[in-house]
Amino acid sequence: MTILIDENTPIIVQGMSGRIGQFHAADMIRHGTRVVGGVTPGKGGETLLDRPLFNTVREAVEATGAEASLVFVPPPFAADAIMEAADAGIRTAVCVTDGIPAQDMMRIKRFLKRYPAERKMRLIGPNCAGVISPGKSFMGIMPPHIYMPGRIGIVGRSGTLGYEAAAQMNDLGIGVSTSVGIGGDPINGSSFRDILELFEADPGTDAVMMIGEIGGPQEAEAAEYVRTRMKKPVVAYIAGLSAPKGRKMGHAGAIISAFGESAQEKVEILSAAGITISPTPSAMGETMARVLAGRVAA
Amino acid sequence: MDIHEYQAKEILSRFGVPVPRGGLAYSPEQAGYRARELGGSAWVVKAQIHSGGRGAAGGVKLCRTDEEVRDFAATLFGRQLVTKQTDANGKGVYRIWVEGASDIAQELYLGFVLDRKSERIMIVASAHGGMEIEDLAVSDPASLRRMVVDPAVGLAEYQARELAFALGLRGGQIAQMVTILRACYRAYRDLDATMVEINPLVITGKGDLVALDAKMSFDTNALFRRPEIAELRDRSQEDPRESAAGDHGLSYVGLDGDIGCIINGAGLAMASMDMIKLAGGEPANFLDIGGGASPERVVRAFRTVLADRNVLVILVNIFAGINRCDWVAEGVVQAYRELGLTLPVVVRLAGTNVEEGRRIVDTSGLPLISADTLADAAAKAVAARNRIAA
Repeated sequence: MTILIDENTPIIVQGMSGRIGQFHAADMIRHGTRVVGGVTPGKGGETLLDRPLFNTVREAVEATGAEASLVFVPPPFAADAIMEAADAGIRTAVCVTDGIPAQDMMRIKRFLKRYPAERKMRLIGPNCAGVISPGKSFMGIMPPHIYMPGRIGIVGRSGTLGYEAAAQMNDLGIGVSTSVGIGGDPINGSSFRDILELFEADPGTDAVMMIGEIGGPQEAEAAEYVRTRMKKPVVAYIAGLSAPKGRKMGHAGAIISAFGESAQEKVEILSAAGITISPTPSAMGETMARVLAGRVAA
Repeated sequence: MDIHEYQAKEILSRFGVPVPRGGLAYSPEQAGYRARELGGSAWVVKAQIHSGGRGAAGGVKLCRTDEEVRDFAATLFGRQLVTKQTDANGKGVYRIWVEGASDIAQELYLGFVLDRKSERIMIVASAHGGMEIEDLAVSDPASLRRMVVDPAVGLAEYQARELAFALGLRGGQIAQMVTILRACYRAYRDLDATMVEINPLVITGKGDLVALDAKMSFDTNALFRRPEIAELRDRSQEDPRESAAGDHGLSYVGLDGDIGCIINGAGLAMASMDMIKLAGGEPANFLDIGGGASPERVVRAFRTVLADRNVLVILVNIFAGINRCDWVAEGVVQAYRELGLTLPVVVRLAGTNVEEGRRIVDTSGLPLISADTLADAAAKAVAARNRIAA
């Protein structure tokens, strides 16, 4: 099993007719993802990549039964596209767009709270690489061939570090159930804790690799969840040990601006919660292998 | 994006925050003229740079005559002011703000920030202002009051009143504080700010509230819809390498080491810096080439990194998803030839089109150092650096 998406999930792409949207939609289809259509206002009725295009998400959902949407819409229009997906009944939206204003994200989060739990949309991202359940389905911009199907969950802010972790595990014969990029923005749709909860409940996942970075309170929040509620082992790496305070390191959210937000402090908080720390970014795979071996022995 | 104090005061004043009367000067003579124009018998002359801690750094002075204003301004113009918050180069003073001196009975602190925990705008206030909030959080944490604003309703009057009473204000000050709080909140919300700070917010001898200093930062992601804010950008206050890199789609932060980094993805860039440090080296910079990088952008990245004279070795580490290893490899080869490089370049490629990328590197005939993994790349970069430095 996997979390969020599998080979049966019907997926639409918002912004599929754009250059980037089309490129990645084609890649998704090539790797077996069930892409059932695309949405570009004004292009309804046209066909692209042998899939129908719709003017609105509502039409797309009605015609195709889409449950998930990948959002490739430019920053000025991304918030609106996400809210449209939520209102049309999409259950999981993944937004890759980098550069959405923080106050738009505040508005989106408030908007999503309007819906009752049974029809509330889960947002992954923005500013993330996406979600992949290897061998089954993926929605995002990651290179799918580096992922091997397996039983380890990956959740991280950074796309490229998620690839790094998957490749290191792959080299050791460890596969991935689902890998989720939650994105590098200060306000995101799903937190580390949200994704850990899904992995904890997933019978197809045995352990989780969590990849954090400087800035924000979400790693600490996840640590508290792992300490009090999670049974599956978690391995973590936190990027930014050498990052100076008060400087933004690429991601809008990667800035140390409060106590507990440096990599050193986060490592301490996670260790105290019983999480095994990968001491370097090149030891993520072997640390996971060690934890899994210890678990079998015990 | 940061703006100057005088610009923040102008904006906040438009929203209803009381600020002292003042004038901007681009020369010492103009500063003296501003003092005469304002009238009165005492003025505060303040260097306008994008940094706090200006007072302690000698960038602010109380002057009693317009000659004194002019003479002090003359010492400031063109100077690099080094404060606790700047690097060793400091920030250049090209604008000076002259304002009538205020009669101060008490100093308060007032700040608005994005609280990442509640994902809402948070107000932080203290009856003991004047010092930096970081110092205040250490020396007098009990004085800090925090309040989160519900974005659906905005800052309610009762909330503002509660805060005003909690800070020990009374009488007419309550209504003044409510006005100031609501004005700051609206300015934050309407202009896509990421920070509004009034420190100090003073109570004058007459008992009135006035914003003696003001600081605002803005969400760069929202500048597309705030052209009036985007216009306030002052490049003289930015690190020229960082702003030039930004113009070419590169995210760059200069650091103190000597191993230059060219990486894709913010997380991998931070991790590569960590790895260099763990291998015994020091990174010269953070640099993310972004997604879909063309060979030209890679060449630009080399130029940016090499503008730092301390750089002895360059580490290129790419794990391509949205990027293509072959494009990056072409960029590396092109940069090596175009820029006539002689320093060691370590290249690690993985992900999309990796075979083609490696082939370009290996058949280039250039002395590029190939690496297979992140650890291998960092170790080779540090070893190359040590050979040069030895």
